[in-house]
Amino acid sequence: MTSMTVLEPAAVLGQPRPRQPNAIQASFTMAGRALRRVRHEPEQMADAIAVPVLFTLLFTYLFGGAVSGSTGSYLHYLLPGTLVMSVLLITVSAGLSLNTDRRAGALDRFRSMPIWPPAVIVGSLIGDVGRYLLASALVLGLGFTMGYRPGGGAAGVLLAVALIVVFAFSLSWIWTTLAFILRSPQTITTLSFAVLFPLTFASNAFVSPVTMPGWLRAFVDANPVSHLVGAERALMNGTAAAGQAGWVLLASAALIAVFGPLTMLLYRSRA
Amino acid sequence: MTGGDLAIEASGLVKTFRATRAVDGIDLAVPSGGVFGLLGPNGAGKTTTIRVFATLTRPDAGTARVLGHDVVADPHAVRRRISLTGQFASIDASLTGQENLMLQARLLGLTRRAARTRAAELIAAFGLGGVARRAAATYSGGLRRRLDIATSLVVAPALLFLDEPTTGLDPPSRIAVWETVRLLVRQGTTVLLTTQYLDEADQLSDEIAVMDRGKIIAQGTPDQLKASAGADVIRLRLASPSQRDRARQILTRLLGVPVHTEADPATLTARLPGVTGSEAVAWAVSELAWEGIPVPSFALGQPSLDEVFLALTGHPVQDPGAKEDAA
Repeated sequence: MTSMTVLEPAAVLGQPRPRQPNAIQASFTMAGRALRRVRHEPEQMADAIAVPVLFTLLFTYLFGGAVSGSTGSYLHYLLPGTLVMSVLLITVSAGLSLNTDRRAGALDRFRSMPIWPPAVIVGSLIGDVGRYLLASALVLGLGFTMGYRPGGGAAGVLLAVALIVVFAFSLSWIWTTLAFILRSPQTITTLSFAVLFPLTFASNAFVSPVTMPGWLRAFVDANPVSHLVGAERALMNGTAAAGQAGWVLLASAALIAVFGPLTMLLYRSRA
Repeated sequence: MTGGDLAIEASGLVKTFRATRAVDGIDLAVPSGGVFGLLGPNGAGKTTTIRVFATLTRPDAGTARVLGHDVVADPHAVRRRISLTGQFASIDASLTGQENLMLQARLLGLTRRAARTRAAELIAAFGLGGVARRAAATYSGGLRRRLDIATSLVVAPALLFLDEPTTGLDPPSRIAVWETVRLLVRQGTTVLLTTQYLDEADQLSDEIAVMDRGKIIAQGTPDQLKASAGADVIRLRLASPSQRDRARQILTRLLGVPVHTEADPATLTARLPGVTGSEAVAWAVSELAWEGIPVPSFALGQPSLDEVFLALTGHPVQDPGAKEDAA
C-alpha cells in the first residue's frame, strides 16, 4: 500500500477560493463527469445500443409482412415509431444513475458545495443526450440500410432527432423524481417500464389506430406518445409538422415545469 | 458579522425522523481554530448534527449559524466556506482518483489548467501517485478515505467537517489522517470531527462535546472531561489476593468513596473526587502497611475517556468494530 508522505503545508492548503462557476459551467462540468463514467464503464451504453437495434430489426421483420404486406412499406411507417420507443426506453437510466449517486453519498458532497443545485441533475441529463444521439443514429442507420428513405431529407431527420431529444430530456425529470422517492434501481426500472410499455405500445408507433376498438382508439389518440410519433413521422416525411411539433414542445415544457421543481425539492430535502 | 469568534453557534437544534429525535435540543458553540470533537456512540446523532451544519438537512427547530451565516436562511454562504467529508466516502467510485479531484476543482471554479495542477499537488501530498489513474472503486478503505479528504481540500475551507474520518481504517492510515488534521489546524482551518473512538477525540480535539441519544451531555477540554468524571483514579495492586476483601474495607472507610475490585484478583481501584491523588495514595499505602497488607505496586492517573463516558452516560461506548482494538 502506498504510504502517505510527510505533507507539505502548501500542497494541502492550496489557493484561495476562486470565482464560483455559473450555472452553465457547473452543468457542463457535471455532464463531463457523466461522459467520463461511460468511458470507464462502456457497458453503461449497452441499452442504448441493444434497444434500438433489437426493436428496429424485430419489428420490421416480425410484423412487416402481416401489417403492411411487405417489410419495405412497413419500415416507412414503423421507423419513426421505433426511434421514439428506443429513445424513450433508455431515458430511464437518468433515474438509475441519480439513485446510485444518492445511495453512494456522492450527492452529499455536491449538495454541500456552492454550485447551482440543479447543475448536478441537468449535467447528468446533458450527458444522457449522447446516449439518445447514439440510439437515434443506430435506428436511422439500420433503417437506411434496410431501405428507409425519409421524404423530409437530412433536414427533416435532424429536426426529428432534435425533437425526440428535447422530449426525452423533459421526460427524464419523471425518472429523476422517482430516483428520490424509490429505494432501489430495480424498483425504478420496474415502475418505469410499467409506464413506458403501455404508453409506447398503445400508441400509433407500430400500427395505425384505425382498426382498434373505440375505447382503445380514444386512449391512443390522447396518448402523448402518439403525438410525438405523429410529429416525428411528419418531420421525417417532410409533411407539415408545425402543429404536432408544437404540441410536443408544449408537453415537454409541461413535464419540466412539473417534475423539474419536484425533483429539486426532493434533491434539497431527501438526498 | 461573524458572531464573536465562533465557527459554529447552535441553539435548541432539533431534528426528528419519524418517531426518533435524532437531534434533541442541542446548544453548541464551536470556537474558530482548532479541532472540535463530537464524541458519541453509533446512533447518538452526530452525523445528523453535522448534516445540519453542512446545510444538508434542515433542522425542525432551533437555529444554527456556521461562520456567521444561518444554515437555513443563507445556505449558499455557508457552502462557500466549508468542506464535508461524509461518513461514507463521498467520491465517485467509477472515476479515477485524479478525475475525482479534477471534478471537484472544476466545480469550485478552477480553470482546467489550475485544476490539473491542484490535483497533482494533492495526489503527491496524499500518497496517491500509484493509484491516481485507477478507478476509485478499486481502492482500499484507507485510500478511499485519503482521496475523500484530499477532495475536501481542493480549495482550503475555513471549516472542515470530518464525519468519522477513521472508522474502518487500519492504524497506519488512521495516524496519517490524524497528521493531516493537525497540519490543517496549524494552518488555520477549523475542524469539526465526529468520532466514536475516545482515543481519537482525546488525541486530536481541543474541545470535546459528548453526545448521547441526541443530546450533548458534557462539553469541555479532554482534561476537564476527565476531571469531571471523578478526579483522579488510584489503582493498587496487593501482594496477595487473599487480602483484597480486608483491604477494600479499610480503604472504603479511609477514603469515603466506593472501592472497586478489578478482574485482576489482587487489584483495587477508586475514584477520588476533590482529593489530591498523591496524598491519598501515600496515606492509603502506609495505612494498609500498618494493617499488615503490603502494596508492592500502585498507580495514579486520570480516568480514560472510556471511564468518562461510562460515568456520564451510565453505559459504555459500544465497540464499533472489535478488530479495531489493536490500534
